[in-house]
Amino acid sequence: MSGASAQAPRRWRPAPRIANPWLRRGLWVLAVAYVAFAVADMEFDVERFISGIPRGVDMVASMFPPDFSRWRLLVDGLVESLQMAFFATGIGLVLSVPVAVAAATNVAPRWLYALARVYIGLSRTFPEVLIAIFFVKAFGFGAFAGVLTLVVASTGFIGKLLAEEIEAIDPGQVEAMRATGAGPAHVLLFGVAPQVLPRFVGLMIYRLDINLRESTILGIVGAGGIGAVLYNSFARYEYDFSMAILLAIIAVVLVAEWFSGYTRARIT
Amino acid sequence: MLTIDKLTKTYADGHQALRDCSFTVPGAQVVAVIGPSGAGKSTLIRCINRLVAPTRGHVHLGDTDLTAAGTAGLRDVRRRIGMIFQEFNLIERLTVMENVLAGRLATVSFLQAFLRRFPAGDIDRAFELLGRVGLDGYENSRADALSGGQRQRVGIARALMQEPELLLVDEPTSSLDPKVARSIMGLICELAGERRIPALINIHDVGLALGFAQRVIGLNGGRVVFDGAPEAVDEAVLTRIYGADEWRDAFRQEGGEDMLAAGGAAS
Repeated sequence: MSGASAQAPRRWRPAPRIANPWLRRGLWVLAVAYVAFAVADMEFDVERFISGIPRGVDMVASMFPPDFSRWRLLVDGLVESLQMAFFATGIGLVLSVPVAVAAATNVAPRWLYALARVYIGLSRTFPEVLIAIFFVKAFGFGAFAGVLTLVVASTGFIGKLLAEEIEAIDPGQVEAMRATGAGPAHVLLFGVAPQVLPRFVGLMIYRLDINLRESTILGIVGAGGIGAVLYNSFARYEYDFSMAILLAIIAVVLVAEWFSGYTRARIT
Repeated sequence: MLTIDKLTKTYADGHQALRDCSFTVPGAQVVAVIGPSGAGKSTLIRCINRLVAPTRGHVHLGDTDLTAAGTAGLRDVRRRIGMIFQEFNLIERLTVMENVLAGRLATVSFLQAFLRRFPAGDIDRAFELLGRVGLDGYENSRADALSGGQRQRVGIARALMQEPELLLVDEPTSSLDPKVARSIMGLICELAGERRIPALINIHDVGLALGFAQRVIGLNGGRVVFDGAPEAVDEAVLTRIYGADEWRDAFRQEGGEDMLAAGGAAS
């Protein structure tokens, strides 16, 4: 008895994730301060919220039944969106290959790498809508600005993810191709391309999926597609037509989503 | 003829992988390079085709100074040197035929390579080589569907496809089981012999080295510590290459069955 009780039970606690106690407590204080500040800053107005509810309900009610009578307008917009998405994905795909190669440390020289990373950084910093506003200002209203927007966004997106894939390839295959005396382009073709091809096809389909969604929204800033039709219907309080457009967009996005998932699951 | 003169490699971290290595391979000779891990075997053969840039020294293949070759010259020289790898380094997602034809990459245009339109003569020779390494009928299999031994056979065919004047072989059997290792080693030496191509084979299996090579070079700490006939490799030599006792372990691990055959002189 004495032997067992003399020895205090050994205790164990998981080690704190942040070793420095001052930093650990400081972070908690910051978190609490942030929440307090955020709540105070929101100026949550209960009255305004309550009075808004019936208006929202009215709006949703006026959306039903959806009005498909002007389906020609709807289809035209939708077709333009789809065209923008497919066209931009195709061009983006071709342009993203050199971007990805340039942005991979293991195949590109240092200066080219830096350049490509700057481009990717820029194209991924700005949301599509901002880029679209820029292109609409530069090239005028319409699908052209939309296509340019999606091309820029696609090259940044595929370029970055494909570059990461290139950086993760088996260097042995590249070494073997260099050892045959092949030039850099040939080495890329045989030593690199086969290793990243499945990922490339997957990214293409994924990006097509994203571009289909984006192409429905870019019209709001004047960059073509069904977004413009949607925006106009809201501006004219034709909520039943808005609903018809929304349903059409949802249908397209669902089909794109299914297609994307179905195809990507089948690539090895 | 391959001449290596005072070849030295110091890596960026200060590690001296090769120190003043010099030797000559006069004609079609199978040379086994043995030595403990980190002795510089891999660096040595990679310095020859400059996959690793040597710090000092010279390498001559025939009349060509490899260490002085410019970008285009280097590619031409690499085309003349076939290389076989420990991990086979096949293009996993391509077919056996594409892998063998990859040995001709340096001789075709980008478009030809992209469309896989290799000259008829190359394709014919690729079929012939596939038959020679025992892979008849495998031309359309994907490389990643093959067994280890089969993959190395593709690697051998690819190297020979270059019509090389020299074979650099880096641990060709380390990823294979002992039985397959023996047959692959036999195949490499046989092909090198019948085509009269000199071969430099890094191998840490002393039994295989003594059994197949016509000459053995021992490396330790980046220096050539032995250069001579396999028959001259005795206990004292192995101690010089591997350090005391270490070589016994090398035997026991890699080639137990060869111990009696090769170690007869040693024990």
